[in-house]
Amino acid sequence: MSGASAGAPMIVARAVREGRATMTPWRALVDIAVIAERTLIGYTRIPEALFFSSVQPVMFVVLFRYVFGGAIATKAPGGYVNFLMPGIFVQTVAFGAVATSIGLAEDLQKGIIERFRSLPMARSGVLAGRTIADLCRNIVVVAIITGVGYAVGFRVLTNVGGYFAGILLLLLFAYALSWGFAVIGLSAPNSETAQVMSFPLLFPLTFASNAFVPVQFMPGWLRGFATYQPVSQTVAAVRALMLGGVTADHVVQTVIWCFSILVVLAPLAVWRYRTRA
Amino acid sequence: MGSAVEARDLRKTFKGGVTALDGVSFAVETGSVFGLLGPNGAGKTTAVRILTTILRPDSGSGRVLGHDVVKEAAAVRASIGLAGQYAAVDENLTGRENLRMIGQLSHLKRRAASLRADELLERFELSDAANRPLKTYSGGMRRRIDLAAALVDQPPVLFLDEPTTGLDPYSRIALWGVIEALVGEGTTVLLTTQYLEEADRLADRLVVVDHGRVIAEGTSSELKSRLGATVLDLEMGDAERAARARAVLERRFGDAPVVRGSVVAVPLDEGPRLVMDALSVLDSAELVPLTLAVREPSLDDVFLALTGHGASEENEGAEVVA
Repeated sequence: MSGASAGAPMIVARAVREGRATMTPWRALVDIAVIAERTLIGYTRIPEALFFSSVQPVMFVVLFRYVFGGAIATKAPGGYVNFLMPGIFVQTVAFGAVATSIGLAEDLQKGIIERFRSLPMARSGVLAGRTIADLCRNIVVVAIITGVGYAVGFRVLTNVGGYFAGILLLLLFAYALSWGFAVIGLSAPNSETAQVMSFPLLFPLTFASNAFVPVQFMPGWLRGFATYQPVSQTVAAVRALMLGGVTADHVVQTVIWCFSILVVLAPLAVWRYRTRA
Repeated sequence: MGSAVEARDLRKTFKGGVTALDGVSFAVETGSVFGLLGPNGAGKTTAVRILTTILRPDSGSGRVLGHDVVKEAAAVRASIGLAGQYAAVDENLTGRENLRMIGQLSHLKRRAASLRADELLERFELSDAANRPLKTYSGGMRRRIDLAAALVDQPPVLFLDEPTTGLDPYSRIALWGVIEALVGEGTTVLLTTQYLEEADRLADRLVVVDHGRVIAEGTSSELKSRLGATVLDLEMGDAERAARARAVLERRFGDAPVVRGSVVAVPLDEGPRLVMDALSVLDSAELVPLTLAVREPSLDDVFLALTGHGASEENEGAEVVA
């Protein structure tokens, strides 16, 4: 540590400095990109986490395809595996949203968010950057699950357009959920708690749904919830887009759900971010 | 030169009713080093968080280079650097990636941010570790990269929150050298510390805070002269004998001697003469100390002298006989 000068601090003129403090849309975008990049680099630095987070959905595929699948009656064209895979897609991105909440809780815990708050960056940068990074991670995971699905007999029965439309809808849902789970991450005292707080929400959403079994075998009081809740609508829409059937209604419902989640929970997340002491 | 940083009657109470700041005011002259000295929980970090725009005060105001920390937060953020126990760096990124990220978030161009990162890595002797994730850094390296992160945008005002807490003596002294070099370049520094030695070495002026209030203000020599340059510790064996010894010494030294457990501490502003006096007074009262030691005054002594309670004995009040 030499005392050699790294440039006198006053050489950055006050006007230049204050000019840099002015937020422009371009600067906000740069901030979002920098945070997204930082989050993604972080994911690659812990390859174990990335590996095991894709093992879990693969296990669900195997479990439902080979263990429970035989006992579940569906009328899906191409058999239970075709019924199952859209459900697995949605379940995977829903569970993946927990990563957003854990990541933010960890950032708060470790103090890096304090650093970000002391920088002249866009206030929205941290949340938007993190959710976009998680969207990128979801794209990778969805590609892996598609491969696994094909290996166990899943086939898209519509066409390539249907598949990609389904994936697009899935990613929109994943992105909306990320913002929802960001609220949990910003409310939890630490990352372990953020994880535990996420599950009571995730389990009813993914299992009391049409993701793995048709809802008509559920008791009446549960059937209403299981039919109209966001996971089920997304599964139904993805199923219709990939396997054929009545599409428009479910797609519209899913889009409405996604935007509703974003409109309500994204501002809540930003508010939590700003006010969290 | 005016004030680079100004705190005026800052108050902050957290949820749960903990009052961290109970009306704190001070001013930091431009180009100087200012120390906030106090024990854990005194409110030092809260003051720093408010002045760096991280936290809003309940009342009172803060200004950095004339900008209000609440109303002109963006201008404040563009003028400050923050390093310390809570403002961290990203463990998964390498040293170079971290500094580049901070540079870009401070709106330096990508290339300028890279150059600045390399420059700082070299200055802090971290070039060899530049491409290693921070997870692999030692405590001292971590503090250096943290300080480097605060310097990316060459801020005219630097906040250092307990910059050396938890460091080994070698790393601490090395870091002091770095901070002194920065001050030499004209940076205004506000630092918080629990160590009197650190405040003494670095700060031109300091305030002592306790329970969210300023209890003393001055240069470190002014504060130390209140206690004497050195302290004589007399181990009396038990609290009862210590209290009696203090009563005897009080007649000769006024209310300067203080009791901590079974030890009486006497400030020695008159040098060796005073040691002999103290011992002869005790001898004639048949209160012979078990051991005696002469040492530099500690933060504890400052606190005992100023408040009547120790800096680190908050939860062991029974031990403090004021």
